[in-house]
Amino acid sequence: MNEPPRDRHAVDPKLLEILVCPLTKGPLEYDAEKQELISRSAKLAYPIRDGIPIMLPEEARALE
Amino acid sequence: MASGPIVFDRAALRRNLRRAEKLGPATFLIDRAAEDLCDRLSAVLLRFELAADLASPTDAVRRRLRGTDLVSNIIAVTGPANAGVAAHDDDRKIIADAEALPLREDSLDLVVSALALQFVNDLPGTFVQVRRALKPDGLFLAALIGGDSLIELRQAFAAAEAELEHGASPHVAPFADIRAIGALLQRAGFALPVTDVDRLSVRYQSPFALMQDLRRMGATNALAERRRIPLRRGTLMRMAEIYAERFGDPDGRVRATFDIVWLSGWKPHASQPQPLAPGSARTRLADALGTQEIPAGDKAGR
Repeated sequence: MNEPPRDRHAVDPKLLEILVCPLTKGPLEYDAEKQELISRSAKLAYPIRDGIPIMLPEEARALE
Repeated sequence: MASGPIVFDRAALRRNLRRAEKLGPATFLIDRAAEDLCDRLSAVLLRFELAADLASPTDAVRRRLRGTDLVSNIIAVTGPANAGVAAHDDDRKIIADAEALPLREDSLDLVVSALALQFVNDLPGTFVQVRRALKPDGLFLAALIGGDSLIELRQAFAAAEAELEHGASPHVAPFADIRAIGALLQRAGFALPVTDVDRLSVRYQSPFALMQDLRRMGATNALAERRRIPLRRGTLMRMAEIYAERFGDPDGRVRATFDIVWLSGWKPHASQPQPLAPGSARTRLADALGTQEIPAGDKAGR
């Protein structure tokens, strides 16, 4: 789980363009370092694993 | 979010799909649906820039679409169960639940889905989210299991349980009927909604062979209300007898019905054909038909 992303092109920019938070449909911020997509409106960080965004609230990290 | 009844246990559904993957999936239905989907798309005579494949249990649709020039880019929006399936797959991929789509409004030209939406609890909610994600004049084209699918299995189970256990528990999911789906599309705001049914009668060696195939499709019982204790052997054997009696062919094989319900709709756009206001006609129908108008007696309500 903790292995670093394999390459810098891990997430396709085209994907980032069309993704929103599944709960609020609000915008997401891409954190390239942590490989996360952050939804401020839902206070959740969705993980990206092997370049695949995991847009499931139950898999997301809660932001304080 | 979904406030209606929870029909499907989506965690059980994911377990079923994972097990199917291990057993070696039975893909004849989805392969047929994928082929049909490409045929239907090519009849539309449009080329789609950005498409999403919504929750289809295998990559059959994407594989076929890639062999055509109908779609330039396709994104797989799949459930967590199929997450590991296609490491070699060069499609773009998102893991998401079909009931909570993470797709930006007005971002897609096409959404397709093959044999997935029968397991969605909140179909109207999913339809609305698909419509939002489409660009104006974007197309939604999907196939799902519905209508009278597995009616033989449903009846055989009910009869066996009534006989031996004095009551029935649900074994076969409730399926959406084609008229209901058409109405849902309209209510979800799709223009020019169309539905039709592709009915298949599949012959099996025995009801057990059918059940094995369902297992390999990840389509065994995932109803939230299902009985959690294993099926009694006696009930199962009686079910198989009843099935063979009622739905057997002379050669000993049994039949199973699968209704693949097709649906399509467009996100509204000003360029689409619009209905005219009643009473705005400039030509008389009788003239167009070259006949004489015969008054029906009463005028339409004013």
